[in-house]
Order: sequence, then structure tokens, then C-alpha cells
Amino acid sequence: MVSKYSNAVLLPLLLFGIVIAIWSAISAQIPGFPPPSEVWSELLVVLSDPFYNNGAGDQGIALQLGNSLARVFGGFALAIAVGVPVGLLIGMSKNAYTAFNPYIQILKPVSPLAWLPLALFVFKEVNTTAIFVIFVTSIWPIIINTALGVRSVSEDYLNVARVLQLSPFERVFQIILPVAVPFIFTGMRLSLGIAWLVIVAAEMLTGGVGIGFWIWDEYNNLNYSHIIIGIILIGVIGYILDAAMGLIADFFDYRKRGLK
Amino acid sequence: MSAKPFLKIDHVDKIFPLGGGKEYVALRDVQLDIKENEIVSIIGHSGCGKSTILNLIAGLDTISNGTILLEDKHILAPGPERAVVFQNHSLLPWLSVYQNIEMAVRKVLGEELSSSEIRDHVMKYIQMVNLDHAKDKYPGEISGGMKQRVGIARALSIEPKVLLMDEPFGALDSLTRANLQDHLMRIQMQTGNTVVIITHDVDEAVLLSDRVIMMTNGPEATIGEILEVNLPRPRNRLELQHNPEYLRCRGAIIEFLYSKFAKEDE
Ligand SMILES: Nc1ncnc2c1ncn2[C@@H]1O[C@H](COP(=O)(O)OP(=O)(O)O)[C@@H](O)[C@H]1O
Ligand SMILES: [Mg+2]
Repeated sequence: MVSKYSNAVLLPLLLFGIVIAIWSAISAQIPGFPPPSEVWSELLVVLSDPFYNNGAGDQGIALQLGNSLARVFGGFALAIAVGVPVGLLIGMSKNAYTAFNPYIQILKPVSPLAWLPLALFVFKEVNTTAIFVIFVTSIWPIIINTALGVRSVSEDYLNVARVLQLSPFERVFQIILPVAVPFIFTGMRLSLGIAWLVIVAAEMLTGGVGIGFWIWDEYNNLNYSHIIIGIILIGVIGYILDAAMGLIADFFDYRKRGLK
Repeated sequence: MSAKPFLKIDHVDKIFPLGGGKEYVALRDVQLDIKENEIVSIIGHSGCGKSTILNLIAGLDTISNGTILLEDKHILAPGPERAVVFQNHSLLPWLSVYQNIEMAVRKVLGEELSSSEIRDHVMKYIQMVNLDHAKDKYPGEISGGMKQRVGIARALSIEPKVLLMDEPFGALDSLTRANLQDHLMRIQMQTGNTVVIITHDVDEAVLLSDRVIMMTNGPEATIGEILEVNLPRPRNRLELQHNPEYLRCRGAIIEFLYSKFAKEDE
């Protein structure tokens, strides 16, 4: 009998073998499409010196990824700084909700990349533009989930606050935020996931240092194995970001703390 | 007991606006004087407006006509001198038992007490409801009866003038409920609080109360009859079982609820 744990290793390995086989078959059909072996050896080369810096156009993979991450975290931090207070406001005030809601509904479905040319025109600088695009990407889920968290505060808890005559400030910090924080983290986790998707596309358009531009640049260099390496690294980092946000979210969730 | 009313509910109406210009008159001309240190229960069929009266006294809802006075002061908003024990305990689940009570004490008495006095004060009320062993547990980790005890301790810890309880034991099994009723009577004898307790349990009403307020059915519900329970305290549920006064009170309430103001759909 195969145990649950060896299954968890064996089954993905089996699929890995199938993927490698299909990939090899494809590279045999398309001239120049790098086979798995070539990507593997290139990956070792790329990872062997991740921090080299030969000027703007030629930097190690860690610096490329680091630049992308810095933009993502910059825009993400701004989105939290603006989105959480706005979300609290529209969650607590019916009037604020009525005022903001139509704009949120209209702006939310706009691809963040549509903002890119406008941002480039205004900022005239690649880095700020990318950070702005990530800000626009991240802000909607944060606002919406924060407001949802505020609205899910039960009437009973608010009545407790009223009987104790908590000030608005105390009400926010002692009653509303403890309930809303898990929702806020859900919004942040969603935002970060989308931001990581969007940064690749944004960097392809803006150029400069960053994983998105690196992939585009390697396309122009006809270095296709690097494109595949880029895809794999983006995936791994995206997974790590999501898992880390999940851990942080659980840490701040009283419902999960209480179970310990 | 002073003869002067402590809590005066004077010609109070409560009208809920419904959509489309309609309205629902929940309470009509409710009049009740409650004395200091008195335990009064309000009994009536579900939907008659018991919670509505309690919310008006608590200040959680607004009075449509009439006034409610506590020690001659108009009740316009909620305040800690009228502590509420909610039916579903409404403890904050992210705070431990101790922290739930501490938060209330800190807010209401924080300016008068040093931090060590706050700790002693919180512990005094935790001990009053026999929960020392559970003080660091979270609400999600303790039973319904224990949660309700914490709710009572929290309400009493802010030293209210009036303790308002909305079917506090309604969701509990009958053994736990009996236990908490005894707790409440014992604590009230110590603290001398004025208590308004809503119930739909006839035995609970007689056992706990100095007076039982019986409500007619809504709409336009009002006080139908007021029953004085002339039983000495401390009261013991075992001894009361065959006590003629106990049986008289019980009979009067049952007569009121199931004969004079019977409700078809119950
Ligand atoms: N906010 C409200 N809007 C309209 N009607 C209400 C509202 N709150 C309570 N009512 C009505 O008032 C009546 C009394 O309710 P309530 O005081 O909760 O009864 P109970 O005696 O069961 O506690 C009920 O018929 C209820 O439907
Ligand atoms: Mg009720």
C-alpha cells in the first residue's frame, strides 16, 4: 500500500515526467525551442551569479526580480495606506458608501495597464509609473474587502460599544478593526497576487530593470530558455508571496488564534 | 426601598416606521415605575415588544412618545449606568474572558482606578461568577452558560445603576439555566442592583422577581397586569415548589398568558 505521503510526492513526480516528455517532443518539433536539459543548465548559470551588475541593461536575475518586487511592494504599500482608511470610511458611513461606490464600480474593471500611458505622461519616469500602476491594481480589492469587513461587524458588538460609550476612535480600534482585519488581509492577498501578475506586463511596456522587461529583452535576444526560466521564477515567487501573505493573514485572524 | 420611582417609564410609545409611509405601533402608552434594588421581570409572548422596551431603557433605540427617567434624568442615549446583558452574550471573541471584562472596566472606571485596582476589580467580578479557572480562555473555548456568566460579570463590573437583561438564559439548557438563576439571585443580594429581566419563562419570572410585568400582545402592546411576588429572599427553588404564594403567582401568569392573552400561533 502506498501511503498518503508518498502519493503526495509520487503523483506530482509522475506528472513532472509527463510534462518533460511533452516539452521534449515540442522542442524536437520547433527549431530553436529550448529542450528541458538546456533550460536546466541555463538555470544553473543564471542562478550561479544572480547579483552581477553590468549597468542598466545587463543585471543578474536577483536584481531583476528585486526591482520588480520593490515596485510591487511600493505600489502595494501605497494602496494599503489609501485603501484601508477609505474602506473603513465607506464601511462605516452610508453617505461615504453612496458617494464612492459608483466610482469604485466603474474603475474596478479597468485593466491597470490602461492607466500606464497616462501615468507615464504625468510622471515621465518608468519606476514611478510602474509603482502607480501597481497602486491602481491593488487598491480596489483592499477597499472593497475592508468595507466588507467593517459591515460584517455585528450589531451586538456595536451595541456593546454604545453602552460603554466608546469614542469613535476607540470603536474603530477596539471593535471594528479586530473584526475587519481578516477581511483586510484577504483583500491584501488578492491584491498582491494581481499586482504580481500585472508587474510583468507593465515592465514589458516600460522597460528598465525588472523581471518583465528581462523576459521581453531575452525574447529580443532570441534567448528562449531564459523566457522559460523567467516564467518558472515568476511562478515560484508568486507562490511564496501568496503563502507568506496567507501566514500573516492567519496570524492576525482572531478566529484562527483562538483555536490554538 | 424608597417609594420614589428610581426608573420611571412614562406614557411611552414606540412606533417603527415601515417602508412606504406605513408604520408599526409596537408599544402604546407603557407606564411603569421601578424602585431601586427591585428585580422586575417582563413577560409576554414573543413579538409583543419586550426587547423594544429594554432597548428604550438602554437608550439603544429612540422613544417615539413619552419619557423614560432614571433618577429624574432623561434617557436619551446608551450609557454604562444602564448595563445590558444581551441574549447572545455578545462577548468580543478576540478578547479573553479577563480582557472582555477589563476592557469595560478600563473604559468606565479607568480614570478612578490604578492599574492594580483595575486588575483586582476585574478579578472580583470573575470570582463572583466562579470563572477564575477560565479567565484566560476565549469565548469560543467556553460553554454557553459560562459565556452568559461572563456577560453578567462584564455588565456588573461597570457598577451600573440598572442591570438590563434580555432573555439572558433563553438559549441555555434547563440545568444551566437554573444554576445561573441562582447565581443571579445571590449576586443581586450582594450588590443590590436594580434589575430588569426579560423572559418568556413563567418559573423564571416568579423565582427571580419582586414584580412580574405582563405584556399584552402587539401591535400596540402595553402592560396588561402587574403581579407582586411576595416571597422572602433568599429563595430556594426546591422549597418554593409547593409554596402557595409561588403557586398563586405561577397560576396568575399562566392564566394571563394562555387564557386572557393567548396567542393563536404558539
Ligand atoms: N426595527 C424594527 N422595525 C420594525 N418593526 C420592528 C423593529 N423591531 C421590532 N419590531 C417589531 O416590534 C415588535 C416587538 O418586537 P420585540 O420587542 O423584539 O419583541 P419581543 O417581545 O419578542 O422581544 C415585533 O412585532 C417586531 O416585529
Ligand atoms: Mg426579544
